[in-house]
Amino acid sequence: MSLLGHLSLWLAFLVGLWGAITGFVGGAQQRPDLQQSARNATLALFGALLVAVISLEVAIFRHDFSLQYVASRTSRNLPTFYLWSAMYSGQEGSLLFWAAVLSLFGAMTQLLTSRRHRAYLPYVAAITSLVATFFVSVMLFAPANPFQRAAFTPLDGSGMNPQLQNPGMVFHPPMLYLGYISITIPFAFAMAALLTKKLDADWLVAVRKWTIVSWLFLSIGLLIGMWWAYVELGWGGYWAWDPVENAALLPWLVMTAFLHSVMIQEKRGMLKKWNLALVIGAWLLSIFGTFLTRSGVIASVHSFTQSPVGYFFLAFLVAAAIASAIVYINRLPLLEAEATLESVVSREASFLFNNLLLIGLAFSVLWGTLYPIISEWVQGVKVTYGPPTFNFVNIPLGLVLLLLTGIGPLIAWRRASPANLRRQFAVPVTAGVFALLILLVAGMRDLGPLLAFTFGAFVFGTVFQEFARGARARHRQYGESTAFAVVQLLSRNRRRYGGYIVHIAIVLLFVGFAGMAFKTETEATLRPGESAELKGSDGHVYTFTHLGISQYNALNRQVTAALLDVRRDGKDIGRLRTEKRQHVDAFGNNTFEPSTEVGIMSGLRVDLYIVLAGLVNGTEQAVFRFTINPLVWWVWFGGFVLVIGGLIVLWPGGTAVAVRGSKASSVQAGYAVKLEAER
Amino acid sequence: MKAGTKFAIGAVLIVGSVGYLMAAGIRQTGQYFLTPSELAQRVSADPSFYDLGLKVGARVVPGTVSKETATQTLRFHITDGTVNYPVIFKGLPPDTFTDSVEVVVEGRLQKDGVIHATNVLAKCGSRYEAVPKA
Repeated sequence: MSLLGHLSLWLAFLVGLWGAITGFVGGAQQRPDLQQSARNATLALFGALLVAVISLEVAIFRHDFSLQYVASRTSRNLPTFYLWSAMYSGQEGSLLFWAAVLSLFGAMTQLLTSRRHRAYLPYVAAITSLVATFFVSVMLFAPANPFQRAAFTPLDGSGMNPQLQNPGMVFHPPMLYLGYISITIPFAFAMAALLTKKLDADWLVAVRKWTIVSWLFLSIGLLIGMWWAYVELGWGGYWAWDPVENAALLPWLVMTAFLHSVMIQEKRGMLKKWNLALVIGAWLLSIFGTFLTRSGVIASVHSFTQSPVGYFFLAFLVAAAIASAIVYINRLPLLEAEATLESVVSREASFLFNNLLLIGLAFSVLWGTLYPIISEWVQGVKVTYGPPTFNFVNIPLGLVLLLLTGIGPLIAWRRASPANLRRQFAVPVTAGVFALLILLVAGMRDLGPLLAFTFGAFVFGTVFQEFARGARARHRQYGESTAFAVVQLLSRNRRRYGGYIVHIAIVLLFVGFAGMAFKTETEATLRPGESAELKGSDGHVYTFTHLGISQYNALNRQVTAALLDVRRDGKDIGRLRTEKRQHVDAFGNNTFEPSTEVGIMSGLRVDLYIVLAGLVNGTEQAVFRFTINPLVWWVWFGGFVLVIGGLIVLWPGGTAVAVRGSKASSVQAGYAVKLEAER
Repeated sequence: MKAGTKFAIGAVLIVGSVGYLMAAGIRQTGQYFLTPSELAQRVSADPSFYDLGLKVGARVVPGTVSKETATQTLRFHITDGTVNYPVIFKGLPPDTFTDSVEVVVEGRLQKDGVIHATNVLAKCGSRYEAVPKA
């Protein structure tokens, strides 16, 4: 199996190179034979990498410990569920996974892109093949080959890190990878548009779905990652501004900016340079993120790129940045805007501000992630840019962005009149002020959360008003019932109303984030029968009673579990268990440091979050950390709504939104609802 | 005033506040990240480094870890090979904390020469792979 895998990697390398060369040459010289060959190469590349993936999975499932990769990441007693994820749980396997998925996307692009956009395809084939070949070459030459044989074949593998033995970790990496990888497709189209000089809005139409696909996958990946950090790592939160998290957030922010500014190019022919720069930037950031997470730059900042894989990525990143910059600058004269900004009170301007904020946010996250390195170079001493700094910078920016989420949809394209503004803002502003007053009366005095909830209500008012007006217009015209009219709105204009659903999701996420400002925490050492009390921010007092410890062996671990009785204001509301797990191999030897299983009781208002820190001298006396996290549930619910909204936008069919040139788009936003809905 | 100019003012405001926030954020919340040798050097040159919030990255000296589970107090020594500092930490160490692991200690160096930690992070070179048996 390992020989087959090895050979297919080499085959993929050669085929990928061939695809890149024929694609570029065939595109430049307009030679149909080479173009066809490049197209076939993308399919062959996918075939070869699929064989490699299957070879590795077979080796993992057969416990073929003669392979270094299989021996160091799995063991005979690893649950089957996690054998699947072993494929991408380490450096080498995830490189293979990455290359294979990219080749799949590359092949799909060649097969699914409509005839109208044929002209871009040779270059797209060349670029997807080139990037995939780069990943294959890292495996072959770094080397980081998943089919590398071990020096000797152990009887059993060393097992998987227990922190990865969680359902979240089975789905989080592939989702994030899918997001990362799919950015390559818009990037390839952007470069193809630059190279072919076909720079009208055509390429945007060709990649519209792909940009939403990659944004959606990135979102899902980030959300599952947060959930995993919350339930598995046991420190009580879900976001720590860790470089690895930031690396995934960066392209997400840039893609979000692009999804908004692209509408301005479609409608008004503006921002061509900006949009291309965003797509190229998002892709470079995805490679940069890969470099960060693989090079060891973060794990120990002192040693810049210890592993050779890091050097490969750095070299590739620099080369790709230079190449795309040259092409981009070369074509700048062709990218003049067809219209100018008419008023600062217009949809265009509000989108531009939204873009600036998103990019500013991305820049501050990038700067903060690199700050330890930068400060060491510049000042000679390392200064950390920790979570407090990130929060200091990003919370204000995030709040302004939230406010703009509500403002943007209310302002007309081109120029909004005062009368139009009054008509549009009355309901949402009332909603916001109303929420603010209620919270002030209820006694909330913390500025950040106050603003988050106020702006959230404002955005909610905006979206509600948009749906209400659209539905009323349909009701008047067709006599549809309200519920049916809303469904029709959603299905007739998926992009617009799906987008509004995503806005609601963003509000829910902010509600959840703001809740963390009110978390309460205590630590206690309890004998069986003893209790600890903690007051939650929901006003209730929670009592945790330690019932006792049980110890037993499970499939691949020794478990120490504590059971606690939970009371709210004296009333019994259930039991929670929290565990310490010591993972062992088939011979009973310890494999990893003990890991913690958090006990979580999740509710709409608060989450009770209990961690067993340890036993006192092997007795049943145990140390616990109790945390009450308000509103965390709304983060996960918001994530769910976000995915639904994204899927609505993405769902095939529906009416295509007309691309710029329709001069009718100067209609005031409120009145445009009907027209938009009927398009 | 033309729309473009107004927009430019708005843009400058946004970019300016991002820049200001970043600079102010570092000034107010940034912390030095030092190795024990660097810390010793700085303290001897400038005594104001005592009682200053900072982070120290080093290795735990094997055999120096003592845990009092009842009071949740953890004592250990850290070193970078040349300079050695005792650390005292009240709280729960992370799962990955062991003898000889690489740690980042967040806290203040007091006049008594002990780092009073408010947070201890354990690093694991190969986070997602089994630790080779010693």
